[in-house]
Amino acid sequence: MFILNHLWIILALPLLGAAINGLLGRHWPKWAVNTVGIGSVSLSFLGVAELVREFMRLNAAQVPWFVRYFNWISVGSFSVDFALQVDQLTLVMLFIVTFVSLLVHIYSTGYMAHEGGYARFFSYLNLFVFFMLTLVMAANLVLMFVGWEGVGLCSYLLIGFWFLKKTATTAGNKAFITTRLGDFGFTIGILLAFWAFKSVDFGAIFNRVSPMPVESTSGIGILTAICLLLFAGAVGKSAQLPLYVWLPDAMEGPTPVSALIHAATMVTAGVYMVARMHPLYSRAPLAMFVVALVGALTAFYSATIGILQTDIKKVLAYSTVSQLGYMFLGCGMGAYAAGIFHLMTHAFFKGLLFLAAGSVIHAVGGEQDMRNMGGLRKKIPVTYWTMLLATLAIAGIPGFSGFFSKDEILEAAGAGPHKNLALWLLGLIGAGITSFYMFRLVFLTFFGKPRYNEKKVRVHESPQNMLVPLIILAICSVIGGWVAAPHLVGGSDYFESFVHPVFASYEAQPVVAQQESLAGGASTEGGIQPNPEMEVLQAVTGPPVIAAVLGLLLAWWFCIRKPSAATKAIRNLHGLYTLVYNKYYVDELYAALFIRPLLWISTNVLWHTIDEKIIDGAVNGTAHISREMGGRLREIQSGNARTYATWVVIGAVGFTVLLLGLWMVR
Amino acid sequence: MSVPISYYLVLSAILFGLGVIAFVFKRNIITIFMAIELMLNAVNLAFVAFAHAWNQLDGLVFVFFVIVVAAAEAAVGLAIVITIAQNRRSLNVEDVNLLKF
Amino acid sequence: MSLPLIVFFACGVTAVLGAVLLIVAREPIHSALSLILVMVSLAVLYLLLGAEFIAAVQIIVYAGAIMVLFVFVIMLLNAGVEERTNLSKMAKYAGVPLGFFLLLEIAHWFWRSAVGARIANGSGTVNASAVSTRDLSMQLFQQYLFPFEATSILILIAILGAVVLAKRGE
Repeated sequence: MFILNHLWIILALPLLGAAINGLLGRHWPKWAVNTVGIGSVSLSFLGVAELVREFMRLNAAQVPWFVRYFNWISVGSFSVDFALQVDQLTLVMLFIVTFVSLLVHIYSTGYMAHEGGYARFFSYLNLFVFFMLTLVMAANLVLMFVGWEGVGLCSYLLIGFWFLKKTATTAGNKAFITTRLGDFGFTIGILLAFWAFKSVDFGAIFNRVSPMPVESTSGIGILTAICLLLFAGAVGKSAQLPLYVWLPDAMEGPTPVSALIHAATMVTAGVYMVARMHPLYSRAPLAMFVVALVGALTAFYSATIGILQTDIKKVLAYSTVSQLGYMFLGCGMGAYAAGIFHLMTHAFFKGLLFLAAGSVIHAVGGEQDMRNMGGLRKKIPVTYWTMLLATLAIAGIPGFSGFFSKDEILEAAGAGPHKNLALWLLGLIGAGITSFYMFRLVFLTFFGKPRYNEKKVRVHESPQNMLVPLIILAICSVIGGWVAAPHLVGGSDYFESFVHPVFASYEAQPVVAQQESLAGGASTEGGIQPNPEMEVLQAVTGPPVIAAVLGLLLAWWFCIRKPSAATKAIRNLHGLYTLVYNKYYVDELYAALFIRPLLWISTNVLWHTIDEKIIDGAVNGTAHISREMGGRLREIQSGNARTYATWVVIGAVGFTVLLLGLWMVR
Repeated sequence: MSVPISYYLVLSAILFGLGVIAFVFKRNIITIFMAIELMLNAVNLAFVAFAHAWNQLDGLVFVFFVIVVAAAEAAVGLAIVITIAQNRRSLNVEDVNLLKF
Repeated sequence: MSLPLIVFFACGVTAVLGAVLLIVAREPIHSALSLILVMVSLAVLYLLLGAEFIAAVQIIVYAGAIMVLFVFVIMLLNAGVEERTNLSKMAKYAGVPLGFFLLLEIAHWFWRSAVGARIANGSGTVNASAVSTRDLSMQLFQQYLFPFEATSILILIAILGAVVLAKRGE
């Protein structure tokens, strides 16, 4: 019962590591910084492992496990505690965060070995882990928001890690400001929730929501409003349409950062939030539809951009945006467990993809453009094989983790209680496109003739500390799906039953009835339990598999077999090609619509007019007036005795008039 | 018929006023000084008139002192005027403007 | 028209005339002489008011010493015609009218005052009894002894000051 009673340790260790490395690490040797940085996260990971062990021994009544440490804010009826809670969902997130963080920390010792600011990097990474853990363990909305903002801060710091590089700092700004827009909605959502439920604690809110019926879709009830506002924050943080623009630019940061923050953990905070708030979302069908719609659209849209990108990290960035869309699609369809499961598998294979990409970039001496790579297969075999495994996972090839998770989501979209054929179709086509561009990436990078200067670039495999995390993640990418493998392959669908208690709680009544009629068995909000025969059929000939294989074949055709076909297609579809290649000109659109007018207002109205003319004018004007008055007044001191004499006379006259008046009156 | 005291007082007032005008109007330092003496004399007249009116001696004593102080003041003042005149080579009061801002 | 009244008017007019001449004169020496004229007529007026001692002191000290000092200084400095400078507009346009106003105001005050009325009603007309010098000196050396001594020290200081200033002038 040790960790359960001392949950704060898991949080405090990374914070301590951040403080030590940040304050003292600058002059320490690398091994000391590594010890502190990796040590704190590994201890946290061990803490999580121990937590899982202890958690398993709890009975149902003790879940969620709740610890309140102290009262943080108390203003009138608004009270926020520093309180942590642990349930199955928390455990999944804790595991993902600490596990992937640990691997990224180990990887960073190799990748950042030649970089300046080494201790600063690890300090920021540890700080990020602290905030992320706060986010997932928080027991109320406000504390979660603290973690939410904190990871945003760390993201900004890490994107702009090489702060002397203008593009990096601009990207950091873009990330922070764009997510800010979403956070604004999030804040209002929290306030609205407090207003509606008189509390921000999850337990209290869910208890009050429990007896509420499912809201109608004709109009925006209070639950729908709260859900939509909270989702606005998720749109920003998890880079969905229309606030996804910061994620591709965030690739300015070091690759471990991209792996950890912009693939595995921070961007998944939005998905976690939706899953955590499932009692509200389940009762707000309109909000759920919006979530699913945004998810599906983003998944498809972002995948199309990924087809033509040439920077290896940018492809992965757009891929992340796309996969996050799938997670939201799953949650929006009520398949929360499926969404979270995809979150987990995505953390494995996307983290692996980024780390491997970093390894490739390291191997070719800093080149990130895939057009200047090629033929690296034999030269960096470990990187190649791990990346290939990750690609197979993300493409949804059966047997790998991504297949199981993506398949579940598409099942929920196509046959679940909230099914929507259009969204299912978007997701399906997106899956095919995903497969295409991921295999294109692999083929362009590792196959064909080397397109780089073989004399200048000495291709070398990465050191051990970079390769080991790759291998571990590759193993997870392969077997990670098996924890949720449906019964047909002998899997126990363990994941789903594990998190089932979370999503089954606070169920809304009508939906349960609907569920039972559909599946004919004990069903949950967390996903559907189809019958075995259907599953076999789907697994083998299901459309997602077809799409994935089709994508692979197309990639092989265009990239290896007949590249000329690609150039011919580009020539024929030149307009479309330009549009997609320039990412639909969204950044330019935003710049014209929002940024330039805002800058104009800031410069001309706020700066020149208000600040310079009005405020400075008032302040300087006061000084000017004082000076002028002083200048006029000092002329009285003319030095001219006659004038002084006149003043004396004036005074005398006045005095006598006064006296005369008084005397007369008396 | 004797002279009513008010006549003396009015005369005193007239002399005083003329002294003020001279004080303000003239430009020569010495002339300004003389205007001051004129004012003092006007005041003396008033004092003497009142002393006569109330049949008391205090007014006369006061006049005595006024004359004495006027003498002292004239001595010192003229010494200063001489010093200034020798430094500035001008007796125009408007040239004594070192107190100008 | 009694003699005192005639004398009063004569001397009064002379005094006023002298004062006006003081203002009007272009040369400082003319102003000094007009001031002497004023003082002498005032001395006569003092006599009319029965203050012989004061009249004598006025002639001896004021007209005889102080004004002579003035004349000495004017001659020493060779004060010439006053130039017409125009620096103080305030003095010209505000001072002079205000001076006039002051004059009229105080005169009006004295004329209309109850003091003057009471005096004019007879409680304080000029009577033949002159104040004796003896009484005056009794007052001076008994009741006003301290001021007397103080003024003598004042004169001492003035002498010292004048000597120092004159010496530095060299």
